[in-house]
Amino acid sequence: MEHIELAEDIAGETFLAALETWPYKGIPENPAAWLYTVAKNKAANHYSRLQTFRAKITPALQQASSGGEIDIDLSDRNITDSQLQMIFAICHPAIPPEAQIGLALRILCGFGIDEIANALLTNKETVNKRLYRAREKLRQEKVEITFPAPGEVNRRLETVLTTLYLLFNEGYYSESQGAVLREELCLEAMRLTYLLAGNESTNLPPVNALLSLMCFHASRFPARKNDHGEIVLYHDQDENLWNLELIGKGAYYLHRASGGDQLSKYHIEATIAYWHTVKEDSAEKWENILQLYNRLLTIAYSPIAALNRTFALSKTKGKPAAIAEAEKLALTDNHYYHTLLGELYTGIDNGKARIHLEAASQLAKTEADKSTIRRMLEGL
Amino acid sequence: MDEFILIFRHEDGTKVASPEQMQVWMKQTMDWIGGIAAQNKFKHGNGLPFEDARVVWHNNVVTNGPFGDIKETIGGYIIVKAESVDEAVEFAKGCPVLQGDGNSVEVRKIIKGDGIH
Repeated sequence: MEHIELAEDIAGETFLAALETWPYKGIPENPAAWLYTVAKNKAANHYSRLQTFRAKITPALQQASSGGEIDIDLSDRNITDSQLQMIFAICHPAIPPEAQIGLALRILCGFGIDEIANALLTNKETVNKRLYRAREKLRQEKVEITFPAPGEVNRRLETVLTTLYLLFNEGYYSESQGAVLREELCLEAMRLTYLLAGNESTNLPPVNALLSLMCFHASRFPARKNDHGEIVLYHDQDENLWNLELIGKGAYYLHRASGGDQLSKYHIEATIAYWHTVKEDSAEKWENILQLYNRLLTIAYSPIAALNRTFALSKTKGKPAAIAEAEKLALTDNHYYHTLLGELYTGIDNGKARIHLEAASQLAKTEADKSTIRRMLEGL
Repeated sequence: MDEFILIFRHEDGTKVASPEQMQVWMKQTMDWIGGIAAQNKFKHGNGLPFEDARVVWHNNVVTNGPFGDIKETIGGYIIVKAESVDEAVEFAKGCPVLQGDGNSVEVRKIIKGDGIH
């Protein structure tokens, strides 16, 4: 971790070129091949950068290994392994999750400070401070870039998965600015999770479950926005735009996740996401989704899950029952809460629906959300 | 915010529900717990199956489960977070166990391990 800034710079400069091309092409057909190519380029650039660095800064070192090229292992295996080691080093419990995300974007994904600030909806200064503190902490803790010991993998993996999950969510749930870059966050999170799934010692059920979840969600990317960049709500989406290959991959990884007796929140969320790939409403579908949310909330509460559960309840038990449960949530400063109540009251008490939708409109942070709420108000 | 344990008491633990009844009951229980968890008030919970149940008596006498010897059995519990016992009681009122005649849910406050209580 001594040369962590150097690693950041190298990753930033070398990766940028690769990053500039693929986000616009969508998800590669063969992620493995794509991954290796990117990794190879990265390593090659890394290598030459490193040589320059050594030549300039530490000529003594150069002399020590005089007489030939420094032998760097460029095998796919080694490239993958070193990225995995870096993931574990960055996702160290000593530093807070938002700093882990920042470092992951900087070192593993090669994002520039501006891009990170933009992607995480914050400013350059905050990102710089966050990264600075994180680097200091990693140095203080003498965190090494190594793979955790076998007994430790499981414990450390939890932090890693949380970071990758948050990274994906950053891209998925905030639809505000820089749409392309936001999707890029999701794709980077997927690439890193894919690395974990491909490694013998980290190919564990929760990793596969998380990857499955990401595949299912990502399958709807093209359908989530209309030509004007506005959000298309789930029930208005054109399912012909859903990516069947990714849905298939989601099912594949969910199947792989079912080994073992661990039931992580990723398993539950992936299964919920699976049910959302079934477009048609059926009693079975919503009953399953409701039960999954019931379980999810007992192991990992989140306001979003609570609201989604209530929506599933309206589909299984009807709007009045759902309204009673929704009002108990009392998430009054959350615009999704008011949007949900607005939707539930529509057709039952349009006056109350209007009050909630107006409250939602006041609280909504993004133009996309505001325009969605406006459309709901017009439909009353 | 305090923690309360909601203990499910069955008047007659020897009654065996059909698999269909069990399924309906499970679903109702999950909906009930989900509603509490959606308010971020669920802490923990467990069913207490009757197989492998033992009662250890005075002088280390061990009997096979609670049935037969005493009328009432405990079927499970959940631990919730609540502002007051009244809120915990409101949660308890929704418990599907109460559909059974003579069944009850006991609400007990859990001592905080903070040295104050």
